Amino acid sequence: MTIEVKNLVKRFGSFAALDGVDLKVNDGELLALLGPSGSGKTTLLRIIAGLDWPDSGEVAFNGEDALAQGARERHVGFVFQHYALFRHMSVFENVAFGLRVQPRAVRKDEATIRARVKELLDLVQLDWLADRYPSQLSGGQRQRIALARALAIEPRILLLDEPFGALDAKVRKELRKWLRSLHHEINVTSIFVTHDQEEALEVANRVVVMDKGRIEQIGSPDDVYETPATAFVHGFIGESIELPVQVEGGVIRLGDRPLRLAADGLAPGASKLFVRRHDMLVGPPGSGAFEGAVQHVRNFGPVQRAEVALSGGETIEIDAPRDRELRAGDTIGLEPRRYRIFAGA
Amino acid sequence: MSVIAARRRTLPGFGLTMGLTLTWLSVIILIPLAGLFLKSLELSPEQFWNILSSRRTLNALRVSFGLAFAAACVNLVMGSVIVWALVRYRFPGRRLFDAIVDIPFALPTAVAGVALTSLFAEKGWLGAPLAALGIKVAFTPLGIFVAMIFIGIPFVVRTVQPVLQDLDVEIEEAAGSLGASRWQTIIRVILPSLAPALLTGLALAFARAVGEYGSVIFIAGNLPNVSEIAPLLIVIRLSEYRYADATAIAVVMLVVSFVIIFAVNRLQRWAQSRIPAR
Repeated sequence: MTIEVKNLVKRFGSFAALDGVDLKVNDGELLALLGPSGSGKTTLLRIIAGLDWPDSGEVAFNGEDALAQGARERHVGFVFQHYALFRHMSVFENVAFGLRVQPRAVRKDEATIRARVKELLDLVQLDWLADRYPSQLSGGQRQRIALARALAIEPRILLLDEPFGALDAKVRKELRKWLRSLHHEINVTSIFVTHDQEEALEVANRVVVMDKGRIEQIGSPDDVYETPATAFVHGFIGESIELPVQVEGGVIRLGDRPLRLAADGLAPGASKLFVRRHDMLVGPPGSGAFEGAVQHVRNFGPVQRAEVALSGGETIEIDAPRDRELRAGDTIGLEPRRYRIFAGA
Repeated sequence: MSVIAARRRTLPGFGLTMGLTLTWLSVIILIPLAGLFLKSLELSPEQFWNILSSRRTLNALRVSFGLAFAAACVNLVMGSVIVWALVRYRFPGRRLFDAIVDIPFALPTAVAGVALTSLFAEKGWLGAPLAALGIKVAFTPLGIFVAMIFIGIPFVVRTVQPVLQDLDVEIEEAAGSLGASRWQTIIRVILPSLAPALLTGLALAFARAVGEYGSVIFIAGNLPNVSEIAPLLIVIRLSEYRYADATAIAVVMLVVSFVIIFAVNRLQRWAQSRIPAR
């Protein structure tokens, strides 16, 4: 099932939750909607599910207008951030719900329903919890039951809203891997919303980065990490050093100091220089584009994180390998291995 | 040292509060009720039976319990609708309507009785059009029914309201996206979640209607065997100085009410057990 979203606009009062969003989702894809809170990602997901309606724009499933249908007719599996399990039903009945409410003409008989639920509980590896109630489960188990319940209706599309948002770090990591392999197994077109970049980059085939109701970039996890399209994407994904610079007559200046960096093809004016923390190479004083004094050093496993006061007055954090010991008070030269400059203050 | 540690509790004050609770409940509820039972013991079993099996007593009890139950059922349905509207929708005047629900709580019941009577009397605003249809409300059992609905409605609304407020809208969205129709969502998801609160509301509205006196006697007409409620019969017996007769009827009301409320309570517990605490 492909999903096509065209020029979607949704306002809540004067706040534009979606401000002209275009998106194409391919069949069988696992897509992440990534963005800070308030970026419109959940609104987009809810509109695709039929739980919200846009002010204008189009949503099509396989080329067919989806906005003409309600949530009930769209056949979309939706997994809520807080699971939304039915508290008064056992795990088994929760999963069976979608099968039991089917119109009588297509409803399966009891034995088929039981077999199907059993199969789904096996799929999420929780068949031993069938008789428990949601309140007796852990967060991670609830999430998997919510997923099994959504899959019971054999959805054409699977939508997950912050699926791991309410879980602790360890369970999150396990479920991430599990979701990816599950998607591999069932191969249904899936979209999940997250504000956690690591989650998006690790799980998804493609990542859609959103901010303020607009799509900033669509690309593979590698694309959005290695070649961010906008200053927002660079700042949001990966740990970046961000420096305000001036581009003038082919020279890049930080404060009043010219930097020895190529300025070819850059528009003149106030700009932002982005460097990944680990792309700042440490050298002796005088080498490299920047010079600074080490303030603090902390060790993080394979790297040492140093706070460096640049001679221009800015303080930045860099991640350097452990092979060259840094000490507070050292004066060092810094050379960005890779950097990007985006116009605009 | 170890003795003190063993006696320490995380929530101190059990002895004091438990003592106060028992004393207070005894003074306010248990001792008066015991007095009631003692007074009725002045009657021989035969006298007791004769009073209860008299036509007038039986009819009064039938009117009181029958109409109270019917009124509680109406309140259950209409109260649920009101709760739904108040909790789930935002509309101008919502807070005003919310406050209006409490009026039957606060209004002196005699005032309510007089107001309802003049409203439903043959020349009243509602009584006149109803009379034209051949329906007589004031001074009939129907009038009692109306008064009992009036005084019972806030009990259902106020018990169900907080529970519905707690019920996440996401639950309904989940049911919808799984293919449930609106009706299936209400029957299979919302009502089971509200069942314990609904039953509590039903029990409270029923208990209130059974015990109601002030508003009912104005509108009832108080015709023996037809529109005479049991509490009124008790008052009549008291004014005739037939105290033992009065207590006999009172004891029966007490026992029947207790049995019904106990049954509803069990039912409510059972419904609650199907929704384990979070």
